[in-house]
Amino acid sequence: MKIEQSQVKYVASLARLRIDEAEQDKWSEQMGAIIEFADQLNELDLHDAESNEQGSTSLYNVFREDERKESFDRDKILFNAPEQYEGCYVVPKIVE
Amino acid sequence: MSTIHEYAELLKQRKLSSVELTKQYLARIEKADAQIGSYITVCSDDALAAAGKADERIAKGEATLLTGIPVGIKDNICTEGITTTCASKMLYNFVPPYDATVTKRLKNEGAVILGKLNMDEFAMGSSTESSYFKKTKNPYDLTRVPGGSSGGSAASVSADLAPYALGSDTGGSIRQPAAFCGNVGLKPTYGLVSRFGLIAFASSLDQIGSFTKDVTDCAIVLNAIAGYDKMDSTSVDADKTDYTKALGLPLKGMKVGVPKQYLESGIQTEIREAVENAIKVYEMLGAECEECSLPLSKFALPAYYLISSAEASSNLARFDGIKYGYRAEEYHGLTDLYEITRSEGFGEEVKRRIMLGTYALSSGYYDAYYKKAQQVRGLIKRDFAACFEKYDVLLTPTTPTTAYKFGEKSDPVAMYMGDICTVAVNIAGLPAISIPAGLDKKGMPIGIQLIANSFDERKLLTAAYAYERETGYEKLRPTVKEVE
Repeated sequence: MKIEQSQVKYVASLARLRIDEAEQDKWSEQMGAIIEFADQLNELDLHDAESNEQGSTSLYNVFREDERKESFDRDKILFNAPEQYEGCYVVPKIVE
Repeated sequence: MSTIHEYAELLKQRKLSSVELTKQYLARIEKADAQIGSYITVCSDDALAAAGKADERIAKGEATLLTGIPVGIKDNICTEGITTTCASKMLYNFVPPYDATVTKRLKNEGAVILGKLNMDEFAMGSSTESSYFKKTKNPYDLTRVPGGSSGGSAASVSADLAPYALGSDTGGSIRQPAAFCGNVGLKPTYGLVSRFGLIAFASSLDQIGSFTKDVTDCAIVLNAIAGYDKMDSTSVDADKTDYTKALGLPLKGMKVGVPKQYLESGIQTEIREAVENAIKVYEMLGAECEECSLPLSKFALPAYYLISSAEASSNLARFDGIKYGYRAEEYHGLTDLYEITRSEGFGEEVKRRIMLGTYALSSGYYDAYYKKAQQVRGLIKRDFAACFEKYDVLLTPTTPTTAYKFGEKSDPVAMYMGDICTVAVNIAGLPAISIPAGLDKKGMPIGIQLIANSFDERKLLTAAYAYERETGYEKLRPTVKEVE
């Protein structure tokens, strides 16, 4: 099984990835093989099965009080930024 | 001589100082790690400073069992001020502004951090071949993989480049490399050890655990890292317990289930024999062993790859070239910056998982894949729950084969099949341990796995310790040459 190339392109754009034109075919094939493997799940009758979307132990939400407290030092956080200016992250211009 | 409990005794009796011990390990890393490749970063100065402080603490009589003892940490666990890369180009220069909770806990014990250990990029892989930086070799045979994703952790402990190490396990990433390298590897119950500061791969499956040379050390490390943490919303507020008390308890009356699906096709003969021998050992020690069934076992692997990839696609969305890590050099506009940064920063396997996860979550496919995988997850948990009504622990192989050669598994699905014995445990959130069970004909380590019900780590440790005492397999060590 192969996944359509247009589909590979669409999924890549959703994931903010760029797939090399030359590698399109490889991706169609590999993703197809993995999806085919995942299709084994169709052998099961899951009509009555409940979903377990909450994860393995937490079946309830965990909240905390919204308290004011000291946070990280700004410079320490910005230290890792690829580009910064006067205490802010620098990003490319997004408006003309 | 190289376990935590042996070193702790020497430190206590002042036959050895932490600075001396740390220097020994740093020298050994210098001489032997060039062949093994287990460390991405070695932090000699910080380690020696920590060792000095540990010696002061020991002199004051305030030491715990981990005080002054060196440790290696997988490079996806945050260490304040020490580069934490996830073995990815994307985070090649990331210096965490904080410690993971486990790091902080070890520091509070006076542990000495030697450095950061190699892994598959973002913990996605089973051979550590997907690391951006280097290949880690199996200390038992340098032409073979150490397993993964925590391959650096396993190899470092096996080659005695660290007395013990921390790793993370999302689908087997502690147990499988522990089996490949002949360590004791524990994946604790989901929620027992805080994940705060563990760079997320699949948040509902990830769990931090240990690589040690024997089961006693495993209990000692678990004592230090387990416990409630308000910084992790899935951390469980359970009673504190001393896990070393589980060691040496009699096995009489213990019920061991052996799920037949784990011994079906595709298991290397010597590994199957190791499980059969373990059954004999347990029966001799007074436990009752019986075949049992986990009928949905074969569906765990596809469900795992869908759920983990879906969660990964969401977790890894944060790597965009803005806040930290790699940023593309040339781009035109913001979307371009994101796309080029991510395409250049992530390796192939990571991109594959992000693509699969995005696909499984995308409109029109969500019900067919992601939702179905979550339903199967519920059923698998039920399978296990039924078994644990009858049995204290389950006994299985850890891996279908022993360590293979580099490049041997180039097809992604073939690589995924190697996780067949480990993923169901993560899907169900259970604790499991891999313990050494001898060598195969090629001289490569075999691991057997014990699985217990949630928060029943004590039973795992009791059973693992009894096996270890009876067989002595934990004493096997590879010969690693030191090069001047």
